Amino acid sequence: MLSPGEIIYQALFYLFAGAAVLAGLRMILTRNPVYSALFLVLAFVNVALLWVQMGAEFLGIILVLVYVGAVMVLFLFVVMMLDINLATLRQGVTRYAPLGLVVAGLIIAEIVWAVWGHFLGVGNTPQTAASALSNTRELGTEIYTHYLYAFEVAAAILVLGIVAAIALTLRWRPATKHQNPGQQMRVKADERRIRLVDLKAGKKGEES
Amino acid sequence: MIGLYHYLGLGGVIFAIAMAGIFINRKNMVLLLMCIELMLLAVNINFVAFSRFSGNIDGQVFVFFILTVAAAEAAVGLAILVVLFRNRRSINVEEINRLKG
Repeated sequence: MLSPGEIIYQALFYLFAGAAVLAGLRMILTRNPVYSALFLVLAFVNVALLWVQMGAEFLGIILVLVYVGAVMVLFLFVVMMLDINLATLRQGVTRYAPLGLVVAGLIIAEIVWAVWGHFLGVGNTPQTAASALSNTRELGTEIYTHYLYAFEVAAAILVLGIVAAIALTLRWRPATKHQNPGQQMRVKADERRIRLVDLKAGKKGEES
Repeated sequence: MIGLYHYLGLGGVIFAIAMAGIFINRKNMVLLLMCIELMLLAVNINFVAFSRFSGNIDGQVFVFFILTVAAAEAAVGLAILVVLFRNRRSINVEEINRLKG
């Protein structure tokens, strides 16, 4: 007999999992790329809730903050910035759909065949963590001790990503006015940069 | 009782959806990138589930690194996409044949 907490846990799992699957389906079938990006956001949020339910609170928050907050906004930005001709891009969708469904079914069948009935080395009951630390603290302890070098490499990869993205999309247009910091810094104080002009004072109406 | 296989099944289904999406939207490069993001998400579900059901935090550390690399990959991929659109006025994958020998 299931306890009420257990029933709520199961109901929430099926709610989040079903919403994630439906959002994924809508994402690949929607005509408009903006809607696709928004459905992908919905899928991400639902999976983040599943992770929180599993006790991985830090990763759930990170998924919402980094993925929904940064990466998907980048996607939406690019989709809205590009003037995409949807008509040509949608050609042949109905022709490719059966092949896509066949491949998807094949992958599911292969995964089931590979996993079903085998012992994966992991039991089917959730294990509580050995330490009494919170999830975030435990993850931080692990990252900053055992995975410190990998963490540094990840930081370097992020810097590399920034440099590559900016270097790819930056373009110099000679017509635009922009500062030249080097020239600004080379200016000497004694150079006459300000010209004082003597204006004659006159009475109102004298000129005309 | 929600067990390990529920989460593995969810990951497999989402991965298969993303794979089907790559076949269905094979002309639209933005959607191809989004489908890759969905695939990485499916893999991450498996990592978190294994971490939870083995009581070992290392799986979550791997998810952390996957998220980092996926963010960098998305940034560079979208930059390439923008440059491509600027030069070709199109993101149709079938028109990208400049490197054809």
